[in-house]
Amino acid sequence: MNALEIRNLHKTYANGFEALKGIDLEVREGEFFALLGPNGAGKSTCIGIVSSLVRKTSGEVRIFGDAIDRDPIAAKSHLGVVPQEFNFNIFEPVEEIIANQGGYQGVPPRQVRQRTEQLLRELDLWDKRRIQARELSGGMKRRLMIARALIHRPRLLILDEPTAGVDIELRRSMWHYMRAINEQGTTIILTTHYLEEAEQMCRRVAIIDQGRIVTNDSMKHLLRQLDCETFVLNAREAIRGLPASVGPFALRRIDEHTLEADLPKPHSLNELMRALDGLGIAIDSLRNKSNRLEELFLRLTGKQLREAGA
Amino acid sequence: MTRARRYWIAYATITRREILRFARIWVQTIVPPVITVALYFLIFGNLIGGRIGRMDGLPYVDFIMPGLIMMAIITNSYANVVSSFYGAKFAHHIEEMLVSPIPNLIILLGYLSGGIARGLAVGLAVTMTSLLFTELRADNILLVMLVALLTSALFSLAGLINGIFAQSFDDVSIIPTFVLTPLIYLGGIFYSIDLLPAFWQKLSLANPILYMINSFRYGFLGVSDIDIRLALAVIGGFILLLFAVAMALLNRGVGIRT
Repeated sequence: MNALEIRNLHKTYANGFEALKGIDLEVREGEFFALLGPNGAGKSTCIGIVSSLVRKTSGEVRIFGDAIDRDPIAAKSHLGVVPQEFNFNIFEPVEEIIANQGGYQGVPPRQVRQRTEQLLRELDLWDKRRIQARELSGGMKRRLMIARALIHRPRLLILDEPTAGVDIELRRSMWHYMRAINEQGTTIILTTHYLEEAEQMCRRVAIIDQGRIVTNDSMKHLLRQLDCETFVLNAREAIRGLPASVGPFALRRIDEHTLEADLPKPHSLNELMRALDGLGIAIDSLRNKSNRLEELFLRLTGKQLREAGA
Repeated sequence: MTRARRYWIAYATITRREILRFARIWVQTIVPPVITVALYFLIFGNLIGGRIGRMDGLPYVDFIMPGLIMMAIITNSYANVVSSFYGAKFAHHIEEMLVSPIPNLIILLGYLSGGIARGLAVGLAVTMTSLLFTELRADNILLVMLVALLTSALFSLAGLINGIFAQSFDDVSIIPTFVLTPLIYLGGIFYSIDLLPAFWQKLSLANPILYMINSFRYGFLGVSDIDIRLALAVIGGFILLLFAVAMALLNRGVGIRT
């Protein structure tokens, strides 16, 4: 069954701006799905329509088979949303924000109390449960929004930039938590600035640009489209007299101990290492010059996601 | 679980949240109207009232008491809903409800109940305060309670409509300042419309607040400038009208969905 099904979705705002130009999208139940796109691509509009905050101009949206315009109550009951912007009452205590959301979802008070405690403990907010939300740090506020979205145990969770502004340690713990939720059966749609996050977490990805889906494929297939990767290599000894290429590999000297090498498909990293060894260059360490998904994104949209601000 | 049960839980949650909102800040929501009305009683009732004499055969302080209570009910039920709804829009936490499986009717009823709760809470506090200045008597306590309930409902709905359209904090205060306050003061709190020239008497009949104040006064004191059945019909008619308008606006997503 599809968790989300979007057919020929159009949205034109009152000022005439056409944000979505006939989007088709399917997210299968249980998937961890990345929806990526540069600023103004239509990603937020799409999420807004799915979560009923934006009215569609035409097209069809179904959440677990329930159409958002024919049975919005059933459709919305499947859905949990973690928006990009903080959208809770900052003057309410943490536990009350979550409990209220449980109430809006029709969860009985006793279950709300049990789940609130469970979620706050899991997200390390239990000690903060009685303080007003405005007193939380940015990372805590993000976790509060995740706890709030999960109080009714939604089958489809939309995470819109859930780790924005969160330090790397916390981001990793949030990835771990989200992966665990997905493994328990919750379908997740993720939008993020951090393409390494999408690459690590998501099995399928759609890229949206200028109101259209430019690609929608499994992460594996998508990354296979990359015909060349660039690596930054750290040499053990100073590099002298580096040729422009060795075999099929283009080389560039960056500084005395660093060089860049292009690795075209179908050649392997082992072949590159052997070629460098032949030049008498011993390599201590290496890394991708840029994230593979980021390179692909750049090729498909002509834009840097992080610079554009998705 | 049935939908009806889920809706009941959602309704109870919104209502509880709305009541907690004004109860938490009682110094800002309950105390000011009590002080204001106490000053009215002190100045217009006790100090100047003695010189005014009797109104409709009643001591002046007794005459103005129902109107002052009604004024507090009107302004507070209105203020509660308009500020809460606009505040939720402004801070975007209205989205918590919009993404949830709650029918618009339940959202409306939740805000309505919150507004009624504040109107009645303040009305009760003001009534208790009035005991310091006059003896309380109620000819028809059921009518008093009914009018208080209906009036707070009516102005909660009006506040909700204002909140739906409001796009700035200025929009929240314009209607109370330029429409509500003049209508309240010209609605017969401090005088009987029998004192007015014929033209102004007729014009006063177009003021819906006149009907509320007079029916409330009738419940307390047994005197009114107008027929009570007409007054109740006018209040009921306005409630139905505003309810229909508020529902239509919520269903169309005016001010809350782009």
